[in-house]
Amino acid sequence: MTRDQGANAQQIETLSAQQLAAAVPDPIIIFDRRGTTRYANPAAISAFGHIPAGTMLTHKFRTPEMQKIIETALREMRPGALEYVERVPLERAFRVAVLPLEGTNLLMIHFKDQSETRRIDRMRADFIANASHELRTPLASISGFIETLRGPARNDEKARDSFLQIMQTQTSRMARLIDDLLSLSRIEMKPFARTGEKIDIGEIVASVVESLSHLARDLGVTVNFVPPQEKVLAPANRDELTQVLVNLLENACKYGQSGERVDVTIGQSSDGPAPEVVVTIRDYGPGIAEEHIPRITERFYRIDGETSRVKNGTGLGLAIVKHILTRHDGRLSVKSKLGEGASFTIHLPAQ
Amino acid sequence: MTSKHIVRAYDEELASLGNRIASMGGHAERMVEQSVAALINADAALARKVIADDAILDEGQRWIDDRAILLIARRQPMADDLREIIGTIRIAADLERVGDLGKSIAKRVVAVSDARQPIQLFRGLEALATLALTQLKQVLDVYASRSVEAISFMRDRDEEIDAMYTSLFRELLTYMMEDPRNISPCTHLLFCAKNIERIGDHATNIAETVYYVVTGEQLPPERPKEDKSHRVVLSADGDKA
Repeated sequence: MTRDQGANAQQIETLSAQQLAAAVPDPIIIFDRRGTTRYANPAAISAFGHIPAGTMLTHKFRTPEMQKIIETALREMRPGALEYVERVPLERAFRVAVLPLEGTNLLMIHFKDQSETRRIDRMRADFIANASHELRTPLASISGFIETLRGPARNDEKARDSFLQIMQTQTSRMARLIDDLLSLSRIEMKPFARTGEKIDIGEIVASVVESLSHLARDLGVTVNFVPPQEKVLAPANRDELTQVLVNLLENACKYGQSGERVDVTIGQSSDGPAPEVVVTIRDYGPGIAEEHIPRITERFYRIDGETSRVKNGTGLGLAIVKHILTRHDGRLSVKSKLGEGASFTIHLPAQ
Repeated sequence: MTSKHIVRAYDEELASLGNRIASMGGHAERMVEQSVAALINADAALARKVIADDAILDEGQRWIDDRAILLIARRQPMADDLREIIGTIRIAADLERVGDLGKSIAKRVVAVSDARQPIQLFRGLEALATLALTQLKQVLDVYASRSVEAISFMRDRDEEIDAMYTSLFRELLTYMMEDPRNISPCTHLLFCAKNIERIGDHATNIAETVYYVVTGEQLPPERPKEDKSHRVVLSADGDKA
């Protein structure tokens, strides 16, 4: 600005309008009377992806209701409002207002994120559905043992001990399941926000490897990780990424125990449309059959219910991983062959 | 759209084709989303709505065909404009097919929900639908923003859908073998899964068309890919491997 004091008043006016919009934390898009995008603020780009100037607004927001309200606003230069829900890749709900900007030929569309309130409602319903379904099995088993203990095995010292042992395992499984369900619900509930703050992925991986060294030692697994020479930076939420890595490394140690070795590597890749940071966790255990690979991130999907239960799996670990990565605009890729171990790779956008 | 023409009405006619594609896209996405929701929640009323909505897409495709042909005849478009118009015709045809597939899923809702099915029957289908819907949304977003860099990446997603479909195929066969009473709902669900997989294919077709419209070049030929469900065999002795 100081460079160009002579900028005419109109330029300054448009500039300040953009600066104002850029500073607002809610998504805002300014468009002209033909419905063409003139400006999308950073919040809009973070919420809806790339929206270059010139994009037709109705092409980007295609639900029939949205089309109608934008068309009406364009035709009559009148404000309008509606609820807008995006289902994929993450469910998000917005309160949308379309407003003509007085004294100009421009309009703006403003999005207020309502996902949190909606998710709290959904979470209650989901939690009850999932919990009741998954808790029923251990609960049935416990009540079966109680019945036996009060009846036929009342005076059987040995049976009593082993039954109590089983009951304890079941209750701790239930407790873990509730923890995981809560943790998944918490992540789903938190509003979707990319902070853009870059953190050192290498450091996080190193600290996760360190924190699980105890578990690895108990299982007789060696974790090989060579921290990268330079910092590997990507925008991510530290706590959430830590949870992803803990879940994956714990799985690798538990399910790949027979391989006695887990390799963790960090790298950078530019194969996709944008540069990525990739973290691969490779185990040498029994591996995963091809037909299960696409499904393992589904909630409660179990390849082998018995093994999973023995290893204290709740069926939610990878669902949590996938959800966190989706929030980060990243993804999880899995490669495996039966008998040759499995490798789980996290892809995070580097920008 | 692209550069300005001397005749402003021509620009507007071109723009109206694009707008109609966007509105068809919105309806198609909605139909797929609602048909799967109807299936999972055994919601017959929603299913009827989806079936009725298909007419909107049929009408949209007819409208685009008529307008596009008129436009070609009257304006004799060249280069970019011609590609744009031909692209519109092709995308409209793909979207219309997506609508048909959504309708076909909706039609099966009553048959599947005759007896209440356990939820795990639907989990995989829901995940498959999410993949296909994400792909459809991404490709329509690219149509809006014209940023085709993301497209080659998108075709990889199609492989994910195929892998998921094959896995689902196997799972549904397992349920049928476990209990013959599952055969009727699972057969319907198999067709639904196939329809969703086809929706992914149409999204890929649209991606190729958009790439051609924007760049004037064809996407490099696709690597050979296939779903492997035609090779899935389960033996009756409980071997589910």
